[in-house]
Amino acid sequence: MNKSALFRRLLIGSTCAWMVLLALIPYLILLGASLLERGAETLVKPGLTLANYLHLLSPAVFSMAVDSIGLAAIAALLCLMIGYPFAYILTQASHKVQPLLLLLVMIPFWTNSLIRTYALVMMLKADGVINSLLLWIGLIDEPLQMMYSPLAVFIGLVYTLLPFMILPLYAALKAVDPRLLEAGRDLGAGRLQNFCRITVPLTVPGIIAGSMLVFLPALGMFYISDILGGARTMLLGNYIRDQFLVFRNIPMGAAASVTMTLAMGLMLFLYSLAHRRSGKEMMQ
Amino acid sequence: MLISCDLHSKAELFRGIFGLNKTVVELKQVCKDFGEHRALIDISFSVADGEFLSLLGPSGCGKTTLLRLIGGFEHCTSGSLLIDGQTVDQVPPERRAVNTVFQNYALFPHMTVFDNVAFGLQMAKKPAAEVATSVAQALELVQLNGMERRRPAELSGGQQQRVAIARAIVNKPRVLLLDEPMSALDHRLRKLMQKELKQLQRTLGITFILVTHDQDEAFSLSDRVVVMQEGHIEQIGTPMEIYEEPLNLYVARFVGDINVLSGIVRKQTGPSTYQALVEGATVRLRSNRPLSLAQPIHILLRPEDFRLELEQDMAESQDLSAKFQQARLKGTVRRVFYHGATYDVEVNLESGTRVQVTEFFDDDSENLYFKPGDAVALGWHEGWEVVLPHE
Repeated sequence: MNKSALFRRLLIGSTCAWMVLLALIPYLILLGASLLERGAETLVKPGLTLANYLHLLSPAVFSMAVDSIGLAAIAALLCLMIGYPFAYILTQASHKVQPLLLLLVMIPFWTNSLIRTYALVMMLKADGVINSLLLWIGLIDEPLQMMYSPLAVFIGLVYTLLPFMILPLYAALKAVDPRLLEAGRDLGAGRLQNFCRITVPLTVPGIIAGSMLVFLPALGMFYISDILGGARTMLLGNYIRDQFLVFRNIPMGAAASVTMTLAMGLMLFLYSLAHRRSGKEMMQ
Repeated sequence: MLISCDLHSKAELFRGIFGLNKTVVELKQVCKDFGEHRALIDISFSVADGEFLSLLGPSGCGKTTLLRLIGGFEHCTSGSLLIDGQTVDQVPPERRAVNTVFQNYALFPHMTVFDNVAFGLQMAKKPAAEVATSVAQALELVQLNGMERRRPAELSGGQQQRVAIARAIVNKPRVLLLDEPMSALDHRLRKLMQKELKQLQRTLGITFILVTHDQDEAFSLSDRVVVMQEGHIEQIGTPMEIYEEPLNLYVARFVGDINVLSGIVRKQTGPSTYQALVEGATVRLRSNRPLSLAQPIHILLRPEDFRLELEQDMAESQDLSAKFQQARLKGTVRRVFYHGATYDVEVNLESGTRVQVTEFFDDDSENLYFKPGDAVALGWHEGWEVVLPHE
């Protein structure tokens, strides 16, 4: 065996070992736990049951899940509405400015998102930066109540997840052949018609990718809803965290985790299916 | 044979003959700069209604820039561009009665063939029934009926090109611009598409402006050819004028093989006849361009313009040597290249200049008549030479 082949095997082997040890095995444990019952003394007690999964369908949990999905969907929509124009302007900027603007989008990644969420508190709280500024300008007479509201949670989610929307949209917009837009204009389309008939349809894969990258994490970002939304359980992530850490109901938390993972997996699968089909159409 | 000194007189004559009087596109002293780079320099010409015009030149000569200018994708730095007598400098591409067949076709990958072709009509807000009829007609013209529901990716290169053509002509433009439309096709398909394109232009009667670097394509398709180099026009004329009466060495060399001989004018022997010393031999020349005594000149001859005979045959036949009265240069055969119907003979002249002669096969001889090392006499058909001032 030559050296490079050995190196490749080592590399792939260690990655596989890593994935098995730290992802697959814990997940199997989680799956197993979700089928057990909660113990009084020990964390779990033996005896297979599907009760945990059935409990997820109980009205209280189910409506929380629906709310959480709605919240994440709105966050994804907001990110799309902000991110699309942003990415579009980014692609129109001169080639010298583009890398700089992209860097500005990515710099916040370098800071821990928990710290950035606390920083948001500084901005949003009653005597925070925004209120002080608005009071100073004279737009408002008393501080706005922004913290501990769905608004604050949306601000937090959009702020944290916006780069995940912008980057795939930017990539998709970059890939639109400018000659197609010239052809559109040649055939009588104005800029707006070009945008609606050519640019948007051609960036649908980017729109879907960005929406998934925002929607899926938004379901689970419990700390944002904790810090900015107050004590209410708003996201699936909060529910799971509470089951594990507050109520010590590990089988229940595990069942919720597994269900959420399966739902995400299903969505990713559908996305890749759609992507492959549109990819075939785009092929030239 | 006439030597045209005025670019425009021939165009006028041409229009008179073909009854093409209406000018569709007119360029007046158009210049285009990209920063420091001068892409187009003082371009002036006009295109008549129903004419097939080619812009011919090597890559980077500005021909595509010129096409994009007419299409509205670039703006003149100076000069003006008129379409149907109206200045269009301020008119964006979407409001010009001009459509383009792009080099890579630029078909919309997310739309079916039908939607691609219907796009222009839909933008013009034509009623759906009319759109359907027009699209069907356009697809019929390019022989693509039945393909309406396909996507561009499911079509061959030739079919994609037909869609691109249908998508443009369905709008009934005043002018159809074609940017190297055949460059991606293989040789056989290219020949077929050229024929179809010419036929289509006759059927539709639309003015076509074709950009190409392929001289054969330009010559076989066009009524007139504009030969360009480094942003300016070298010559405008019918393919025959350009081939037989190139205005300068560049044009002569660009359109097909050519031999360039050097000489000097000795004396004038008639209104347009001269005696000159060419490659060491005294010859008679014909030139409509006035030449002065002792003027250095180039004599241009296509490989098929030459007469070539063996010196030993010349010695034996009076008739043969009579044909070389006006010019008789001596040389030696260097190499012979077989081409099927013709063969090329490379001859080293006594002066050291090398020329290429194309000979047709003799009907009753199966062998190549010339072989390397043969002493030969080289002349040409009287009046077939083009005389240019020395460059």
